[in-house]
Amino acid sequence: MLTSTPRRKRGTIAAAALAVIAIASLSACSTNSTSTSSSSSASAPATSAGSSSSSGGSNPLSPTGGGAVVVGSANFPESELLAEIYILALQAKGVKVTPKLNINSREVYYPQIKSGAISIIPEYNGTLLSVAVDPKSTAKSTADVDAALAADLPSTLEVLNPSSAQDSDSITVTAATAAKYHLTSIADLKPYASQLVLGAPPEFKTRADGIAGLKATYGLTFKSFVPLDESGPITLSALTGGRVQAADVFTTTPQIITDKLVTLTDPKFNFAAQNVIPLVNKSALTPTIESTLNAISAKLTTSALLQLDAAVIVQHANYSTVAAAFLKQAGLS
Amino acid sequence: MSFFSWAWDWITQPANWHGTGSIPQQLLAHLGYSALPLIIAAVIAIPSGALIGHRGRGATAVINAANAWRAIPTLGLLVLLVVWLGFTPLTWLLPLVVLAVPPILVNTCEGVAGVDPDVRDAARGMGMTAWQQVLRVELPIALPLILVGLRTSAIFVVATATIAAYIGLGGLGRFIIDGLASNAYGPVAGGALLVVILAVLVLALFAGLSWLLVPAGLRGRRRQG
Amino acid sequence: MMWSWIPSNWQLIWQLTRENAYLGVVPALIGLVISLPVGIIAARWRWFYPPVLTVINVIYAVPSLALFIALIPAFGLTDTNVVIALTVFSLCVIVPNVVAGLRSVPDSVRQAATAMGYGPLRRLATVELPLAVPVIIGGLRVGVVSGISLASVGQLIGVSSLGYLFIDGLQRSFPTEIYVGLVLVIVLALACDLVLVAVKRVLTPWAVRS
Repeated sequence: MLTSTPRRKRGTIAAAALAVIAIASLSACSTNSTSTSSSSSASAPATSAGSSSSSGGSNPLSPTGGGAVVVGSANFPESELLAEIYILALQAKGVKVTPKLNINSREVYYPQIKSGAISIIPEYNGTLLSVAVDPKSTAKSTADVDAALAADLPSTLEVLNPSSAQDSDSITVTAATAAKYHLTSIADLKPYASQLVLGAPPEFKTRADGIAGLKATYGLTFKSFVPLDESGPITLSALTGGRVQAADVFTTTPQIITDKLVTLTDPKFNFAAQNVIPLVNKSALTPTIESTLNAISAKLTTSALLQLDAAVIVQHANYSTVAAAFLKQAGLS
Repeated sequence: MSFFSWAWDWITQPANWHGTGSIPQQLLAHLGYSALPLIIAAVIAIPSGALIGHRGRGATAVINAANAWRAIPTLGLLVLLVVWLGFTPLTWLLPLVVLAVPPILVNTCEGVAGVDPDVRDAARGMGMTAWQQVLRVELPIALPLILVGLRTSAIFVVATATIAAYIGLGGLGRFIIDGLASNAYGPVAGGALLVVILAVLVLALFAGLSWLLVPAGLRGRRRQG
Repeated sequence: MMWSWIPSNWQLIWQLTRENAYLGVVPALIGLVISLPVGIIAARWRWFYPPVLTVINVIYAVPSLALFIALIPAFGLTDTNVVIALTVFSLCVIVPNVVAGLRSVPDSVRQAATAMGYGPLRRLATVELPLAVPVIIGGLRVGVVSGISLASVGQLIGVSSLGYLFIDGLQRSFPTEIYVGLVLVIVLALACDLVLVAVKRVLTPWAVRS
């Protein structure tokens, strides 16, 4: 590689590289000390309450009122976008914010927000309830779900006002499939489900409103189940490419429009309401934060969210740019 | 509970051995995802390595290039191919082949280049053509090193084939990715442990192969760590 | 390729590069610190090495993602998890090189040092280790380069690195991010490699340049 460059030049290159790396490592050290302090030792295997070996229960930080507020997100674009909106709005109001984005999934960040390592995270009321709070809940409408949340959330947590924007799971098919079997609602799938392959995020297999829910609510048994991703490119290409004939495509996925997909209606409410709602750790909540986030929720509609998603996913705009534009347009920045 | 107890509990559950997506099924799929790239890589790397090693020129370049090769993140390559090619067999095949080629190439090259010049001379003196020299003398002498290279590649591939599940494929990675998504640590730990066991079996397989194929005269010489 | 994405995301790119650099370099350095005593012992007491080598081979066979996962119960989804896992991997690469480097010191040199009155420790520190430097650094290079590349897998358990660009790029079907991520990981790894080659030359002024 280097053998052909003259000696002196080699030395300079190496010295320059050394300097760069030294600076990088040094600054990374300081960066990492702040980010690791907020990520703590909350461990993932929360299924069995008896995980005694886990981090000795020692806790992560309990945020004092004056400390920086940690805003988290899950690792998909819409969640990151919503978190950016929260972050920019809070910063505009003078709140000091530490972002901790792209934490795998709810199963992973939920213990962290319960313990206070994360202060705020954008959530979806229906799935929050059925997955993390009360799997046996039968609440389906926005009002019921919010009431159940208010009653059953752990004492450290609180949800603020829900927005009208909903991004729910769905069963979606291609236009061709819909035409072939004359499908408009999930119920229409019953006679044909055994010939169709269903694709959805891996957790669909075990979630209450997933495979089991479809069977209980609509009597559907699909030919087989293929685990894909969270309504991302893998799911979409599997659906449009024919690898699966029906897929769980989240309802604000912009490709529904660009790929001309048909989202089947859910008249029996297998999937609960999924309003975007801020989940907050009570110890971090201040009146400023509460009013700021509620103001955002008031302005966030499903069509607005769909447009924001399209900007970020289809047009590849920056999350922060799109978030800032939304806030400006809503008069919140 | 430790990683091992989670893994063991899950692996020993009979339900996990039946039906679609069962352990035997994914094990088989994983072997397929691992074997094919390895074979392709060997077919590419052994002849090329032999050629370069025999000629002697370009050997250092090959070794430097192989080190640079390690810098390529397989996850990134995989993701890039998904975006470019979509869901085709090439999408998972290519990154794994790319991963497997360098160790085999470097070791074949070094092995062939490192053949005792006297032996090479003798072969030439016996009237062997270049091809015969390579096939009948140099490659057999380089065999121990080539086997080490194959073993290294095999382990890399078996380990990395787990990432393929991230783009919706099967194999042992499926248990890991699905478990992570549903916060079920059992399959996560179990899948990981199975991959390790598989890798250890590969190690044993190559140790056996080496014992079988490498003549006693060559064994023990030139131990490459 | 959306070139405009790069300048408008400078901060993010820089931050991710720094984090990836940290995750690649620090574990390798820690690995070096641990490998030196282990390698020295293994080179000196020959019976120690084969079991160590077997353990190393087995550990190296563990997929990086699996090791990150195995450490979750103890370390959660933190940077520490990734650092520890990558340190273990770098051990696998550096220890054999420490042993090989020390063993490659010619006996005559060792004997000359003893003849000059050097005790074993002084001989190790001032003669054997310096002569083993090229091979040891060779191992460190592999450790750093693979570490930088493997660190991107940490993104799958939420530990930030350039791997974020791969995952976000995949989710938004945005090849620009993926290209940038690939280029940066490779450039970062090669830059570190160059630095180590320079370090080696600085440490071995007696070596003949080819």
